[in-house]
Amino acid sequence: MDPDVSVSRAPGSRRIRSYWPQYLAISPFFVIFAVFGLFPVLFSLYLAFHRWDGLGEMQFVGLDQFRYVLEDGTFWLSMRNTFIIWFISTIPMLSIALVIAAMLNSTKRFSAFYRVAYFVPNITSLVAVAIFFGAVFSTNFGLINAFLQAVGLPTGRWLTDPLGMKIAVATVMTWQWTGYNAIIYLAGMQTIPSDVYEAAKIDGAGPVQTFFRITIPMLRPIILFTVIVSTVSGLQSFTEPQVLFGTNTTLNPNTGGPGQGALTMVLYFYHQAFDNRDFGYGAAIAWVVFAVIALFAAINWRLVQRREK
Amino acid sequence: MLRAKPTAGAKRPRGLLRHAILLLGVVVSLFPFYWMIVMATNTTSAIYRYPPTLTIGSELATNIAHVFEKIPFFAAMGNTIVVAVSTTVLVLFFDSLAAFTFAKFEFPGRRVLFGVLIAMFMLPAQLSLIPQFLIMVKFGWAGELQALIVPAAANAFGIFWMRQYITGAVPDELLDAARLDGCGFFRQYWHVALPVIRPGLAFLGIYTFIMAWNDYVWPLIVLVDPDRLTLQVALSQLNRSYGQDYSMIMAGALLAVLPLVIMFALFARGFIADAVKGAVRG
Repeated sequence: MDPDVSVSRAPGSRRIRSYWPQYLAISPFFVIFAVFGLFPVLFSLYLAFHRWDGLGEMQFVGLDQFRYVLEDGTFWLSMRNTFIIWFISTIPMLSIALVIAAMLNSTKRFSAFYRVAYFVPNITSLVAVAIFFGAVFSTNFGLINAFLQAVGLPTGRWLTDPLGMKIAVATVMTWQWTGYNAIIYLAGMQTIPSDVYEAAKIDGAGPVQTFFRITIPMLRPIILFTVIVSTVSGLQSFTEPQVLFGTNTTLNPNTGGPGQGALTMVLYFYHQAFDNRDFGYGAAIAWVVFAVIALFAAINWRLVQRREK
Repeated sequence: MLRAKPTAGAKRPRGLLRHAILLLGVVVSLFPFYWMIVMATNTTSAIYRYPPTLTIGSELATNIAHVFEKIPFFAAMGNTIVVAVSTTVLVLFFDSLAAFTFAKFEFPGRRVLFGVLIAMFMLPAQLSLIPQFLIMVKFGWAGELQALIVPAAANAFGIFWMRQYITGAVPDELLDAARLDGCGFFRQYWHVALPVIRPGLAFLGIYTFIMAWNDYVWPLIVLVDPDRLTLQVALSQLNRSYGQDYSMIMAGALLAVLPLVIMFALFARGFIADAVKGAVRG
């Protein structure tokens, strides 16, 4: 029961005023939200209809900025890059996470150790991780090429080849999020009642069959959650490509590495808004990116939901 | 297990395979830390020859000294600590107070306001970045640490998570008793709720500290003064300017990563369980 429900209903503003401690208690969040959340979002919509470098006069340009975005080949390239990176990181990330979770779920020994070991990548500084993988993928004597050479395979030019660059970025993301997703799946698996598994065993189902016929269908809501989270965060990837391939603008007018092969949507937004000080155009890109992500998240939602039936 | 049950014999190969695969995953998870240490403790030329040096070397002090020469490391770490600690303290206070209110009190507009708060999860950060930056310029905060602290001082996730926690952790009877003793709203929060919700605060505090410590995008944008940077931004600049000196950069990365990893290792067990709760419930 809520303690204050019993308070008699005084009429109108006196009644509201009697709740001042409650309003005061929740006000910090709402003040901060109004100033640094709601107002900025509305103002960025306003900005998207203008041309402005932050200094001179703001100039109303109607829908021009949005038209420029849609006609901007570089934006489309960034979108293509973002989706490729998302695809080659998310599919292995979530599949491996499911397998790890299933194995963790059927073992008790060392489980605390496994959990910590699998979770650590997730709390590690993304900047440091991106720098680290940059060194590992380095063409000249990076660890990966040294390994490939040692086993007699052809080495790759990971940081200059368009696909190699995407693989490097996707590797950072996969390394950082696989364990996290595995722990989430594991928590979900532990809520599946054990008699379901026992019934399957009596029916003669092996571990692989059990995994595909019982575990995955019963995990559907949590898989849906992880797919949506990885869609929304994966399509906003910024730090990985920025640290690895965000070149100094005074030296290079573009960003995203050789051939802009690792230019993601949010990196392009950042480049236009904060390197080029094109605030109107940046705001328009941000809204288009938002629309793309919302649309793709909705599609994924439908896909995962539908397979349930 | 030494005293295996008779039936366990057939299962054992499968169990061993399972642990072998899980250990492989652990190696992949932890190898970067080892390799970071290897790189930070050798010279760049020792790592970048073929075959590369694979063991821990003795050049750590030299590499760290180079880091200190190139960037104001202690200033950057000091800034990061100031930001992370003040953000954490403010979030713990504001979020738990608001969460306590939403969890235990009825007041006009409660449901609408909580709905607004939930809707906050949906707003993608990049939409508000430009105006946020312009606001900071207007306030004269661009380049100052309060530009990082104030916007992060209360957040929807923390209030949502703490509300779930407080609903279960603080018994209504305790609050009723306190009110009969004449405790007002804020004394109920301070004397009754706060002592009970310490484990929840521990999780939210560690979570907030980690997020603040690792934050990169916003500090990169708003810290326009090159003499006042956080660790992550300084590290990224070090990488950009001296990209070829891998040993030095890895020494810097190691210094930026180590404090958090140690803190995490100390608190990990309860933390992971709490972190997962939010996701599985949601």
